[in-house]
Amino acid sequence: MAIEVRIPTILRTYTGGEKAVTGEGASLTALIDDLETNHPGIKDRLIENGDLRRFVNVYINDEDVRFIGGLEAELSDGDQVVVLPAVAGGGTPHGVLRLPRFAPPSNNAAGTPEDQ
Amino acid sequence: MLTIARATYDAIVAHAKRDHPDEACGVVAGPEGSDRPTRFVEMVNAAGSPTFYEFDSTDLFQLYKEMDQNDEEPVVIYHSHTATEAYPSRTDIGLASEPNAHYVLVSTREHGNKAGPVEFRSYRIVDGEVTEEEVTVVDELPAN
Repeated sequence: MAIEVRIPTILRTYTGGEKAVTGEGASLTALIDDLETNHPGIKDRLIENGDLRRFVNVYINDEDVRFIGGLEAELSDGDQVVVLPAVAGGGTPHGVLRLPRFAPPSNNAAGTPEDQ
Repeated sequence: MLTIARATYDAIVAHAKRDHPDEACGVVAGPEGSDRPTRFVEMVNAAGSPTFYEFDSTDLFQLYKEMDQNDEEPVVIYHSHTATEAYPSRTDIGLASEPNAHYVLVSTREHGNKAGPVEFRSYRIVDGEVTEEEVTVVDELPAN
């Protein structure tokens, strides 16, 4: 049950610089738990409050997992998983607040655009 | 410092003006590690908003797949601010996830869709730290 997972630049600190790692799991959630055992800390960058982070995109064989069951999406041997941070932002007034990578603005927990 | 070809600079500005008052966004890809922005790729702002931009998730996947096949990386990631200055917002900083990219901000607040100068500024955004850098516009990018 080997699944190749492509890791974006920003998360390669968890994989010793590797662009791709191998994991196991019959679902995305199981795969992420498996990745966490070998690459501690990575799970928190992908998941928040039990769901995929709003600004993290995960694809299974070219399909955005949000359209195929999210964390429950099924995986089979030989599948390829790609993780890509969203490329997003916007012209809200700037401040000095520091946010964890991948996190939506802290005053905006729903992850929807501000000022709309 | 960001060194960018005149034609690419003009294409970014034209895109920002055209999409005003919504934010425009895109990348300029280049060979991995080269720091040369050579391939201009205009993206659709899936948010279609004057205060937010986001690449469509399918477009994002295709873009990264292409760049991967070409041994490219996003050398420049650009977007426009249409009512505020060309400085990274809190949201921009929180969501910046390409530590090697030049984040280009264009502000169209002065002239909107019309002719006229725009603010065009470039930043590194690493671990929440913003560092502005000089922008040098050249007729042609220097050879490697």
